[in-house]
Amino acid sequence: MIRPDGYRPSGRIAEAFRARRARGEAALVPYVCAGFPSREGSLALLEEAARAGADVIELGIPFSDPLADGPTIQRASFEALEGGMTVRGALGVLAEFRARSPVPVVLFTYLNPVHRFGVETFADAAREAGADGLLLTDLPAGADPALEARLLPAAGGMDLIRLLAPTTTPERAAEVADGGTGFLYYISRTGVTGAREELRSGLEREVGALRELTDLPIAVGFGISTRGQAATVARIADGVVVGSALIDVSRRDGVEEAGRFLASLRGAMDGVAG
Amino acid sequence: MTPGEETQAGGRGAPGTVDAEPARRFGAFGGRYVPETLIRALDELEAEYAMARRDPGFAAELSALLRDFVGRPTPLWRAERLEEAAGWGPIYLKREDLSHTGAHKINNTIGQALLARRMGKRRIIAETGAGQHGVATATACALFDMECVVYMGAEDVERQALNVFRMELLGAEVRSVDAGTRTLKDATNEAIRDWVTSVETTHYIIGSVVGPAPFPRIVRDFQAVIGREARAQLDALEGTLPAAVIACVGGGSNAMGIFHAFVGDEEVRLIGVEAAGEGLGSGLHSASLTAGRPGVLHGSLSYLLQDADGQVAPAHSVSAGLDYPGVGPEHSFFRDTGRAEYVAVGDGDALAAFHRLAELEGIIPALETAHAVAYILGEGRTSVGRGPAVLCLSGRGDKDVSHVARLEGWGSAR
Repeated sequence: MIRPDGYRPSGRIAEAFRARRARGEAALVPYVCAGFPSREGSLALLEEAARAGADVIELGIPFSDPLADGPTIQRASFEALEGGMTVRGALGVLAEFRARSPVPVVLFTYLNPVHRFGVETFADAAREAGADGLLLTDLPAGADPALEARLLPAAGGMDLIRLLAPTTTPERAAEVADGGTGFLYYISRTGVTGAREELRSGLEREVGALRELTDLPIAVGFGISTRGQAATVARIADGVVVGSALIDVSRRDGVEEAGRFLASLRGAMDGVAG
Repeated sequence: MTPGEETQAGGRGAPGTVDAEPARRFGAFGGRYVPETLIRALDELEAEYAMARRDPGFAAELSALLRDFVGRPTPLWRAERLEEAAGWGPIYLKREDLSHTGAHKINNTIGQALLARRMGKRRIIAETGAGQHGVATATACALFDMECVVYMGAEDVERQALNVFRMELLGAEVRSVDAGTRTLKDATNEAIRDWVTSVETTHYIIGSVVGPAPFPRIVRDFQAVIGREARAQLDALEGTLPAAVIACVGGGSNAMGIFHAFVGDEEVRLIGVEAAGEGLGSGLHSASLTAGRPGVLHGSLSYLLQDADGQVAPAHSVSAGLDYPGVGPEHSFFRDTGRAEYVAVGDGDALAAFHRLAELEGIIPALETAHAVAYILGEGRTSVGRGPAVLCLSGRGDKDVSHVARLEGWGSAR
């Protein structure tokens, strides 16, 4: 367990999933990269996502060496950095969004920018800006338990979101699930982020096996890009994460169209014909 | 406070025992900061390596290959004309340039290919900067009949074209990486992305003492043959330990390989020479230990060139093999504990030393190695001043000849 005794997790993320689950629906979890297509563009995209029915939003803080990401998020990250986005800048985007919307936000990034910022300082600043959770792609559960504990702000109120992969052994999955809060993020396939034609056939069985281990909501991400895929995952899991596909649409057709794309996924997940 | 400061994941085994629990850190440095997808492969590699270390058959096969295929032991050469020019000595060169494929890199690739075979993995990936590790990996894959894909930054593909052709001759596929700085850092990112995708069938032969645990330890152990040989050879010639052991440091595998046999001998100075590029003040250098600060890149906590926002800063060096913003975590540990000293030598001095060693000893060194030669010819006289010193001549310079000719306008001058 990573949480210090008496630590209060966010609760807001779990509540968002619970509300959907109570209606027999899955949560929609879009990924937005701070600073892409621009600072204002990413803020607008957050608002479009909230309007389109996002239940939880992942806000990416761009990093120079995103080694878990495929070409789409790599390119968005590089452009955001070239546009001057920083860790502090991303927290500013979050704070501005938070003033306008209550949708829970998970900050999604790599360890080094957080480490350089100062671990405890970052945790407090993130909480202050309105973050409800933190996900560090290159900090797997158990790799550095002391650091994980330091990432939880003293004031409480933040979840540390953990990842599970198809290669995670059942023994390890139990340990990972045991220390998690908010939700568990299941990576739908071995590989980096990015849109794919097809979902893996074992997904339903794998998510089912995870349910035996935990009561936490399970969101599935990596490679989900179409209405059909979103609908399938919505039947299997508690949440559907959409990242690269959303970036592709906003790059090609603009932020408003990206909002309509999310609304269309939302519809597909709820069985609405599109 | 840095990550890992309060933890010692796995812990260290008692001295003299086989690791019961794998040690994943060197002090606070190292660790395995990687995507979840890779954890099982790292666990499996750790377990397989622990078994291989206890298997006398593994050691016997490896040493036979090092003897008959690689050409070990490599000679220890007394460089008398270099001593004369440098004004101090005796100075010995550990001739890794004479090993098969022309650099120390093959010690590690043969060892890791044996590990991959034990794990039943027949697809190998690697990253390469100067191309020496790529060539050494392609060579091991040809020998063991394995599929080989080498990632190389687009800029390095240009400046090390000869090595690209060598890799292809050996049956490897070279994938040029156009992202980011187009050098070793980005080639490593791309190799890791491949591994995240292909991990169930593929082994990643990382080329230096970097990356997530257990790689820094595995690569160190396979390279430690350099120091073991040098120690015995010098003892036979001089009946003494060296006063100093000197090697260039990019990721730091040849340095760690020659240092390791002497780590317990406090009287032996261990000196690592980084690339100061166009100068430490210019921002265009690769001196992670001299001018960086601790950070996390490619799976481990170590000294890292980075900006105030935690973005990795582009490295620069005339030598592609040193052009890397990170460094092996055990070097970071040695830096902070003071067990090794790290200095930096710039592009100009390295190029001059490249010429000097050719003229003085009839040995064209790799540009990487030339940085360590430059230290011997320069600061070494006042900083060390007495021998015997052992320099790890990590590689031959044939791969650099056309690059240097171009830099110096040789073709256009004729």
